[in-house]
Amino acid sequence: MSGGTFLGMPAFPEASAAAVRDSQLRFNLRKATHTIRGKRAAVVGELDDWAELRAAGKAIKDETLRNLDRYLLQLEEAVTRAGGTVHWAADAAEANRIVAGLVKATGETSVVKVKSMATQEIGLNEALAAEGVAAYETDLAELIVQLGDDWPSHILVPAIHRNRAEIREIFLREMPDAPRDLADDPRALAEAARLHLRDRFLSARVAVSGANFMVAETGTLVVLESEGNGRMCLTLPETLISVVGIEKVVPTWRDLEVFLQLLPRSSTGERMNPYTSTWTGVTPGDGPREFHLVLLDNGRTSVLADEVGRQALRCIRCSACLNVCPVYERAGGHAYGSVYPGPIGAILTPQLRGLDSPLDNSLPYASTLCGACYDVCPVAIDIPSVLVDLRAKAVRAGGHRAERAGMRAARWLFSREVRLARAQRLAGRLRRFVPGRLPGPGAAWTDTRDLPPIPEESFRDWWTRTSGGAKP
Amino acid sequence: MSSRDLILSRIRAAVAGAPETEIPRAYARGGASGADLADLFAERVRDYRAAVRAVPADGVADAVAAALAARGARRLAVPAGLPEEWLAGTEAERVADEPPLTPAALDGLDGVITGCAVAIAATGTIVLDAGPGQGRRALTLVPDYHLCVVTAGQIVDGVPAALERLDPLAPLTWISGPSATSDIELNRVEGVHGPRTLEVVIAL
Ligand code: SF4
Repeated sequence: MSGGTFLGMPAFPEASAAAVRDSQLRFNLRKATHTIRGKRAAVVGELDDWAELRAAGKAIKDETLRNLDRYLLQLEEAVTRAGGTVHWAADAAEANRIVAGLVKATGETSVVKVKSMATQEIGLNEALAAEGVAAYETDLAELIVQLGDDWPSHILVPAIHRNRAEIREIFLREMPDAPRDLADDPRALAEAARLHLRDRFLSARVAVSGANFMVAETGTLVVLESEGNGRMCLTLPETLISVVGIEKVVPTWRDLEVFLQLLPRSSTGERMNPYTSTWTGVTPGDGPREFHLVLLDNGRTSVLADEVGRQALRCIRCSACLNVCPVYERAGGHAYGSVYPGPIGAILTPQLRGLDSPLDNSLPYASTLCGACYDVCPVAIDIPSVLVDLRAKAVRAGGHRAERAGMRAARWLFSREVRLARAQRLAGRLRRFVPGRLPGPGAAWTDTRDLPPIPEESFRDWWTRTSGGAKP
Repeated sequence: MSSRDLILSRIRAAVAGAPETEIPRAYARGGASGADLADLFAERVRDYRAAVRAVPADGVADAVAAALAARGARRLAVPAGLPEEWLAGTEAERVADEPPLTPAALDGLDGVITGCAVAIAATGTIVLDAGPGQGRRALTLVPDYHLCVVTAGQIVDGVPAALERLDPLAPLTWISGPSATSDIELNRVEGVHGPRTLEVVIAL
């Protein structure tokens, strides 16, 4: 496995070994995952019919996937009837092209964004930047990740690997309007983010979002959030573009009664998240005048073709499986090398991207098969079984790996300079394990360039200043 | 082949021969509504650290006036169709959304007062559907203070009953407490981009 290691994105065993040695990261993760686990257990325990809701959620998703063609056509018709426009994107490049084209047609050079895993998966921000369009993340955690030129490490709390002192430093460095005497308490930091984004929201003309659910019957899209940045993006701009994976469709309006109970309780451990927005096409005089829905495949149909693995498409991205996973707790989200970390990432990423990079080939092993993920999953995805099945496939793919592995992984990393820059920054955390020179196909690239030095992580400064805070 | 046809044909090939699934709906669907649920609703709203005043139906004007006075709110967005009597006790200036207020104008107001379409006791949620007395979505989003009047008949027990009462074609906003974030070390901070203060008056 280690023969395929390359800068910043080592295979899971190397990346996780580095993260496990990082005590601050481990402490942050432990504290965060244990807190949220307790909250989830309490609000799930309140519902006597949790098991029945879970069974219904699983079955609704299975039934949808079985008839996905029909539901997507029904959705398309309903959205169109309500004044929206539906686009179909077979892969990331096509989705990016469609969105860039739509933004440019408005004449705008910037967009505001609501946290969306689909747009991270396709690298939309980088693609828009290449077309001269700036994409501003507005979710607090995404903002921290974007300003820190970093990668998300948790589905729900993408900046879970950053502590308050690091966030303060990032804000002071990257936000011109942050007060110079900014304190490092969460309230002050949230206030700084509010001020920073306020004018941007009030003047934004184009927004890009994802969606948690799309209702085939009515053409309704649903976004759950906490901060209100979602409402800002979905309501104030003139044009709204939503990029959504094809597996997010549910058949009927009534089906939401299951998912609007399962998701908030599993996700943030709340009875309900602060804000849920639903919209159907466009509403004259209220919200965007133009609505575009980009339906994204990008590997999902190949996941669907796998009898065992297709259940991963039931995932509603609640992140409960991350919070109970002993491997995630120790390794952190970055070690999974994908926007989908944790147990779900370990089964989804290799299926979406194929098993032939060393990283993706190693992901099915990023588990102790303890089964905790399956127990908490609100749509009963049997993650351990899919892992075992993928391990068998990983072994079979092994024969071809030597030829394809390096190329595929390197292509993903080098396809955009931004990604490489981030990989190098990430390497700060993993730097003892990172070669100074890229192996394999990357060698030619590094031989002609000086790799920037890998900086010391800034949390160490905070560690010194606050005498280490509370230690694990 | 268009991408649409390509995706659809990939799907059809992928699921060919896969079994159909029956959907078991053995979960509780409830369906109760009314004043009996007001205590639970109030308790659940308070859990989100929103202020709640439960008053008899003829006490709404006083409760609204008291809330606005305590807040120091002098200029309020008032959506079309809001019952006039709710504002009978306050001197606050009423700003109508006609012609539509710009985001900057909304930002300059002290708050907004609305009714709602449905309220959910189990989750402490109010749902706005842009109907009479609620206004378009921006109205309850940009001002920093939202005062919402819920009448007893609007309270339902759970999520299924709420969805049954709501029109999917209307733009809906489900509100459970003030805006919040837990993005920094999972510490909950109330008040980010949405209204930082939510206050609810329940008319029994
Ligand atoms: S796999 Fe299940 S538990 Fe994990 S994020 Fe998806 S829905 Fe949640």
